[in-house]
Amino acid sequence: MDLAERLLKGEKRAVARLITMAENHDSEAIEILKKLYKKTGNAHVIGITGPPGAGKSTLTDKLVKALRKEGKRVGIIAVDPTSPFTGGSILGDRVRMNELSMDSGVFIRSMGTRGHLGGLSKATAAAVKILDIYGAEYIFIETVGVGQSEVDIAKNADTTLMVMVPGLGDDIQAIKAGIMEIGDVFAVNKADRDGAKRTATEIEMMLDFNKSDWRPPVQKVIAVENKGIDELLAHIKEHMNHLRETGKLEKKRTENSKLEIVDLIQQKLMNMILDQSSKEEMVNQLAKDVALRKSDPYSAAEIVLEKIKKA
Amino acid sequence: MDRPIRVLVAKPGLDGHDRGAKVIARALRDAGMEVIYTGLRQTPEQIVNAAIQEDVDCIAMSILSGAHNTLLPNVVELLKAENVDDILVIGGGVIPDDDIPFLKEKGIEAVFTPGTPTSVTIDYIKNNIKRK
Repeated sequence: MDLAERLLKGEKRAVARLITMAENHDSEAIEILKKLYKKTGNAHVIGITGPPGAGKSTLTDKLVKALRKEGKRVGIIAVDPTSPFTGGSILGDRVRMNELSMDSGVFIRSMGTRGHLGGLSKATAAAVKILDIYGAEYIFIETVGVGQSEVDIAKNADTTLMVMVPGLGDDIQAIKAGIMEIGDVFAVNKADRDGAKRTATEIEMMLDFNKSDWRPPVQKVIAVENKGIDELLAHIKEHMNHLRETGKLEKKRTENSKLEIVDLIQQKLMNMILDQSSKEEMVNQLAKDVALRKSDPYSAAEIVLEKIKKA
Repeated sequence: MDRPIRVLVAKPGLDGHDRGAKVIARALRDAGMEVIYTGLRQTPEQIVNAAIQEDVDCIAMSILSGAHNTLLPNVVELLKAENVDDILVIGGGVIPDDDIPFLKEKGIEAVFTPGTPTSVTIDYIKNNIKRK
């Protein structure tokens, strides 16, 4: 039985192996995804993002347990950073999800970013599709602990859950561009700490400028004590209902598909430029010329593109 | 090899300390491996489930509590029951030399006791993983 059939039968080892293949750019994984793409799109994809230490893994653990009580099948993708120097990584988010690893209705996969910026791994989108085909009704993507501009999750998820904690910066943080703009639902975790109310108020004040017909709800939670989890899950589901009822889901997924196509084209173009050794030589030579001011980067880029057009 | 080796570092049983496991995890990380760390007090079932979902090349278990003769072979048996035959299983920690032949017979392919330089473990994993 081949991998595609085993995946359709819901075999976890097939899921695991296919994700590995996608991470390693194995063309067989792409062929399987081409064949089965029609079977994706059923899961509610939830992105969980926020600063390091906000409690994203613990919150994911509790939300998934709540969904398991409803009998839902769940996939979790937990992304952690890869060392830019060695290519190694410590993927440690399973530590907070230990009980889930014994649950046959949950599949957890850890991924290193492997040099990709934006808070996700390049293979995250493929892993989401594989879990979707496998039959996960909810898929959680937990990003690396983000700073201010790791906003890729918004292009990969239906609902983006922004996890905040009290005591991170002043109110100017809340009005900067970037990460704070992508939240569809906000959770203020560790709400038993000083300043939780103020943090929630600051988020609300920022949301007063929100022009969309969806006003992101702000929910206070204490993840370790399982407080506020049911309410938070209700907000997440409400957001999906809103997307469906207003036709925004289709619009959002179309926009995201467009970004994915453009990304793939970029990757293919980069490979065309860099993978072929003869062209790499050319790029290296051009780089030297530019560094020595014999040429300029604008002309060099045009020369490379002309070569590719002719190829 | 053009892909990172994936290693599950696990603490089976009731030990309350994992500094050794974390040192190994960090050393493997610095050797360019992707290390999935699962934390303290894991059952063999949890370790095997995680290893399958994470599709690792190697399970590295650290144990200090004296339960190695039960827990480590248990992991190998559970892998066999799931028809998994391409994961390298190794152990480390406070394990008497006298117990090592028994563990090897049970399918723990290498045992690293205190004082082993991390480079020895790293080289062993690199040279003995079963998948390309």
